[in-house]
Amino acid sequence: MTDDSAAQRLDLQTLIACPSCDALHHERDIAPGETATCVRCHAVLEAPRRTAMTRIIMLALSAIILMVAAIFFPFLELEVAGRFHRASLLDTIRAFSTGLTAPLTVAMAALVVILPLTRFGAIIYTLAPMAFGQRPWPHAASAFRMAEALRPWAMAEVFIVGVAVALVKVAGLAHLSIGPAFWAFVGLVIVTVLKDNFMSRLTVWKTLDARRKS
Amino acid sequence: MENAGRAPQVLTAHAAGLVGCVQCGRVHRPDVAICDRCGAVVTPPDLRSLQRVWAWLFAGLVVYIPANVFPMLRTSMLGQTTESTIYGGVVDLVHHGSYGIAAIVFVASIIIPCAKFAAIIFLALTVQRKVRMSAHARHKLYEVVEFIGRWSMIDVFVVAILSSLVQLDFAASINPGIAAVSFALSVAFTMISAESFDARLIWNADGEDYDHG
Repeated sequence: MTDDSAAQRLDLQTLIACPSCDALHHERDIAPGETATCVRCHAVLEAPRRTAMTRIIMLALSAIILMVAAIFFPFLELEVAGRFHRASLLDTIRAFSTGLTAPLTVAMAALVVILPLTRFGAIIYTLAPMAFGQRPWPHAASAFRMAEALRPWAMAEVFIVGVAVALVKVAGLAHLSIGPAFWAFVGLVIVTVLKDNFMSRLTVWKTLDARRKS
Repeated sequence: MENAGRAPQVLTAHAAGLVGCVQCGRVHRPDVAICDRCGAVVTPPDLRSLQRVWAWLFAGLVVYIPANVFPMLRTSMLGQTTESTIYGGVVDLVHHGSYGIAAIVFVASIIIPCAKFAAIIFLALTVQRKVRMSAHARHKLYEVVEFIGRWSMIDVFVVAILSSLVQLDFAASINPGIAAVSFALSVAFTMISAESFDARLIWNADGEDYDHG
């Protein structure tokens, strides 16, 4: 590598391009609590928060625990004229498993359980060493890239609104009781939203990069 | 964060002969293919990416038709089986007097998908044309489309919950219809279409004569 390109590389380190609109910005250190937004499209560039890493890990851990609870506890119970029918979260996922709709079962399992769990796992894997001040674990960058790519496909919060709509639809016809798994899932959604609000993508990448070089 | 130029004269990475990573914001020289900070593939804003947007959008439109024609739910009550499409389900809800839920289902499964198709078509068409709608407004529109897409999946989840819950043999049972599959596919295809859209193209279209606050 020539001296010229080395100098240019160093120069590029001080620049940052807005991921939404490509506007160039000079990178400077953002103090915790401050929010840096793009001058042109106002997208949030960086929003470092004190102890954010630890908080995100704790929230992701509690989300995993709540998901396990949501899978194994009773979800909803329907009673009509003395007859009961109980449905767990897994029953809901298996709802499409007969006939032509069978492929949807895989999609349901992925959207509601597998992808959210994968995201939580990948985020913990990426951020845990950083919260404890260590160098990132191998493939941390791939794990975090996957977590970000899966973001729109982890549909736990969409599912819970679907449950609410279904409950109102059925409530007129029969007596319904809501099991602990339902509340575990509600908790999971709240925790997921909190966690995503704490996380600033560019800040995580900068920290990962800095830790890798240290 | 300071800006390199100053609004209204914003310098983009592309205009500076550089290329920015859309994943982590790192700026590279144009011959770099893989970002050295995050490992993502680095691509300059490219009009050819619109082809992918159109392809997925078209696929989403095609499977949206059977989603509306075929039944979404098969309800059996005391030996009588009725099949209802998405629209039929909304009409039933209105007849039962549950206007709130009817509104949610109507918005989530009819208004949002149609509005999303229209919005993506509009955004993709206006990339290469001058329009009166400012880049700011179009960027907002893109963010809304990206955010709202997944919420159309509500209807598929409602069908799943209803058919797992209401299984009381003869008295009442609800089973999913084939339209659930094509509706889910339609939502997924449009989500991929929206994600393939490169938001940077919205701003490139304005070129240097960008002058909105």
